[in-house]
Amino acid sequence: MKAPAAAPPGAASPGSGPGTPPLPDDPASLTVVPARHPARWAAAAAVAVLLVQFAHGLATNPVWEWDVFGAYVFSETIVRAVWVTLQLTAYATVLGFLLGTVLAFMRLSGSPVLRTVAWGYVWIFRSIPMIVQLVFWFNLSALYERLGVGIPFGPVLWSVESNDLIGTIGAAVIGLTLHQAAYAAEIVRGGVLSVDQGQREAAAALGLPRLRQIRRIVLPQAMRAILPTAGNEIVGLLKGTSVVYVMSIGELFYQTQVIYGRNGRVIPLLLVATVWYVVLTSLLSVAQYYVERRFARGADRTPPPTPLGRARAFLRGLPAATTRGGPPARAAEPPGDRR
Amino acid sequence: MSAVMVDIRGVHKSFGATEVLRGIDLQVRAGEVTVIVGPSGSGKSTLLRAVNHLEKVDRGWIGVDGELIGYRRAGGKLYELKEKEILRQRTRIGFVFQNFNLFPHLTVAENLVEAPVSALRRPRREAVATARELLARVGLAGKADAYPRQLSGGQQQRVAIARALALEPKVLLFDEPTSALDPELVGEVLDVIKDLARGGTTMIVVTHEIGFAREVADTVVFLDGGVVVEQGPPAAVLDTPRHERTRAFLSKVL
Repeated sequence: MKAPAAAPPGAASPGSGPGTPPLPDDPASLTVVPARHPARWAAAAAVAVLLVQFAHGLATNPVWEWDVFGAYVFSETIVRAVWVTLQLTAYATVLGFLLGTVLAFMRLSGSPVLRTVAWGYVWIFRSIPMIVQLVFWFNLSALYERLGVGIPFGPVLWSVESNDLIGTIGAAVIGLTLHQAAYAAEIVRGGVLSVDQGQREAAAALGLPRLRQIRRIVLPQAMRAILPTAGNEIVGLLKGTSVVYVMSIGELFYQTQVIYGRNGRVIPLLLVATVWYVVLTSLLSVAQYYVERRFARGADRTPPPTPLGRARAFLRGLPAATTRGGPPARAAEPPGDRR
Repeated sequence: MSAVMVDIRGVHKSFGATEVLRGIDLQVRAGEVTVIVGPSGSGKSTLLRAVNHLEKVDRGWIGVDGELIGYRRAGGKLYELKEKEILRQRTRIGFVFQNFNLFPHLTVAENLVEAPVSALRRPRREAVATARELLARVGLAGKADAYPRQLSGGQQQRVAIARALALEPKVLLFDEPTSALDPELVGEVLDVIKDLARGGTTMIVVTHEIGFAREVADTVVFLDGGVVVEQGPPAAVLDTPRHERTRAFLSKVL
């Protein structure tokens, strides 16, 4: 009589077997076990092994020549070269985006002349490789020995030697700026187009002066769309300044080459340049994060905490998870709040 | 009878091949509230936007307080004004949009201070004081430092009304001020507009709120197909309409 009563294991679906209750009497007595992810642990272990291997190679492979790296990374020549790189980047960024913003608004203006000029500028300067353009500017004096102001096709009233007016650094800045402006123009135009038409209309209905409409109302909102791409561009420009080594300007990459050309220590000196580029780019990324945060004002009802703030909250033992969504965050939001 | 504040004469406007306004004549007297009703596509919003030259007219003219809007008359012609002149004229005409169009990156107080300071060159301190008074008047005294997106739709529209009032306009234009709001928030915005009406502000309101029109309007204008079909006191137009088209429209919305 025993056999028919004992169902084969697994055959009885929950709740179907007579005598076995479908649900436990006391739900609180059960523990919930989240899904396990063994593959993630395996992947993490593999990555860790690779990282350790790489670090071990860095430390033990004599070709890296860490002593040479150490001797040059903060040497006066290199630090001065880093400074030149920073200057080139700063000038080309500021001037490039100024010119680019003007071009963007020309492109968006009602005047067919301005629109065409801006379009033509972007077309030509996006078409010429930067390195070709730089060499052109470097050889400007071959093309125009003297630059002057006068009546078109008439007498020249004032002129200077091209090389006196534009030094090598000047030529590099002009080249980088003109190139950058073409890209900046499109980035800014994209940002301005992303701002709701009603914003400009409201500003016009309030009688705000034209320039004020742009500077106070449109541009700050356009920045939300401009900044991520602009960040890319500036990082690209920082590294792109290495191209001006063709003009024998003492920026970071050029100086590194000069040094290893002299002493033959190629790998450690390339490492010096690499580390500096990585450090500068990282600093730019941090700056970008905070600038983006500033221009996000008003976009979210509760601005997300900064990484520092999050770290502080974590150290204080508060649940940092409040920023990640999930139940605690929902509960923190006032119910019935709406947009 | 008070003087004519807004004078609309023979206004025509086309978008491409579609003629949206086909000869509009309308006079709004100082201190009165004119409510424009009509089916969608009847040209209500276009007419309202033409009053502060957000839309250019093709024929006819619009005057506000005796001044031609957007144009200068010389000989038998109307010449369009320079943008600077048009912007100056707009500071005398308040406009409230259906979608509020508050500046989301500025606080509520900054939204109100912006135009008086940069368009009318008022001292900032004075503009801030006015802003606080106006916010109190629309029942949002505590919200000066909030950002617009932190407010409900009804609160945002009340801020937008206060922003328009900050310029002390001669006339206030409302373009469907409650159409973007949830039903339970409509009342708080209409209450603010009613309050302004009692205070003697000249207003033109485009709306679908027939009850509001009945209560507040001095004149109701029924617009259809780009022409004024009929106009008159609310009781006449809304309760005993003379035209079949008005009756057909009202039977749908009431």
